[in-house]
Amino acid sequence: MAKRRIVLTFPPSMVEKPLTYRLVKDFDLAINILYARIVPRESGRLVIELSNSSEENINAGIRFLEEQGVSVEPLSKEIRWDEKECINCGACTAVCHSDALYMNPETWKLEFDKDKCIVCEMCVPACPLRIISVTF
Amino acid sequence: MGFRRTYEEINEKIKTGRVVVVTAEEIIPMVEEKGVEAVAREVDVVTTATFGPMCSTGAFLNFGHSDPPIKMTRVWLNDVPAYTGVAAVDAYIGATELSESAGFEYGGAHVIEDLISGKPVKLKATAYGTDCYPRREIETYITRDTINQAYLFNPRNAYQNYSVAVNSSDRIIYTYMGTLLPKLGNATYCSAGQLSPLLNDPYYRTIGIGTRIFLGGTQGYVAWEGTQHSPSVSRTEKGIPIGGAGTLALIGDLKQMDRRFIRAAVFHKYGVSMYVGVGIPIPILDEEMVQFVSVKDEDIHAPIVDYGVGRRSKPTYGTANYKELRSGKITINGKVVPTAPLSSLAKAREIAETLKTWIREGKFFVQRPVQSLPAEQLTKPLEIRQMNEFK
Repeated sequence: MAKRRIVLTFPPSMVEKPLTYRLVKDFDLAINILYARIVPRESGRLVIELSNSSEENINAGIRFLEEQGVSVEPLSKEIRWDEKECINCGACTAVCHSDALYMNPETWKLEFDKDKCIVCEMCVPACPLRIISVTF
Repeated sequence: MGFRRTYEEINEKIKTGRVVVVTAEEIIPMVEEKGVEAVAREVDVVTTATFGPMCSTGAFLNFGHSDPPIKMTRVWLNDVPAYTGVAAVDAYIGATELSESAGFEYGGAHVIEDLISGKPVKLKATAYGTDCYPRREIETYITRDTINQAYLFNPRNAYQNYSVAVNSSDRIIYTYMGTLLPKLGNATYCSAGQLSPLLNDPYYRTIGIGTRIFLGGTQGYVAWEGTQHSPSVSRTEKGIPIGGAGTLALIGDLKQMDRRFIRAAVFHKYGVSMYVGVGIPIPILDEEMVQFVSVKDEDIHAPIVDYGVGRRSKPTYGTANYKELRSGKITINGKVVPTAPLSSLAKAREIAETLKTWIREGKFFVQRPVQSLPAEQLTKPLEIRQMNEFK
């Protein structure tokens, strides 16, 4: 099963178009929404995982999005956490929507599940020790 | 007449290596299993600890005299202003003071951490010049080892319980309780709960002025009641204050401290603060002390306060106990709200263990307070008044 994680940024005029519906219907893609920020009259941001048995359908779906004026980027950024410097306070977990950063309920140490991370970057400023950063 | 034990007996046992020390977490199952009386006979000392952001932290520095000497009137350490309205080369650097060049990203707490780490810190001072202090400016570097004296004097640390912070407004807010998401999107809490010092001695029977403590990795002392010490707040049947109550002013030698147990912090769009590690041993003088130190997270209730309202009196949404807070979610008005800590329980445990080791190895003795902390007191607010109101 082919899979791809992409970041979509679309202008305010696109916010009300049923883009994900078209991806499902016309390109037979399964869509897993990892992160969505869609506010009327503002530009939207959507992080999605596309999957289908063929790479071709995924590529066709992405071409369609680009033709619609949506900027498509691969989700290649990564959150880096300097575990050695961490004091395990937990302040970053307060803003982590995706539960990638969480406190181990036994040790009360911070754990980071990279696969769950959608790189929303909320944890970067929330860390009082300044030890969480984004790498490209 | 129940079982009694004195400070002297405990210190004698520490000296001879026979002392029995456990942490405030370890004693809970012991009491459940063996009962209060048996545990009172068995255990001599219980260690408590906390490692949380404590803004009211700072250090007194005495730089030593230069040649020719200077009576410093303005002082900067790595561009962070320090208060020097005391004697010629004395200054106080507060943890929350911001750098004049790096703003929010570097402050007094970072200067303190850099000094503790042994890093060179740039000292700049200006003066008006006097007959005995002719020099008008100086620029040099100091370190922990070259500076004459440096000790922490923290006006308010180790808050006895604290509020839980939420935000009911429709915008994200940035506070000393961390980033609070709109419409009750999250809740943050800040206490070591059942391991926290003053929650294990709720009426300050053994924690008072002169109590020897663990501060930032070395031995320190309770110097005074902390600012905003407010023991008369409402309490549960077991005597646990509901919300912020007692506080401690702490003192300790910066030169002996260890960065593992005291760290500078930046709260986004709020400012600089400092994570301070505090550990306090509680001598088991009698059965009542065993009851106090067996306090559990579910016995500790904190008010849920709406930081979305920028006023002194903020609306509250009832209380949550620490067992609920530690479960990762609480329910407010029927809404499930995820919770997150700000105070590091992992570090607090490390401190409680370290203190336990020091006592077991005969390096740390318990000290009877020379004076108790006030048992009744409430914080006075600041009102806007006119001079003629006092006539």
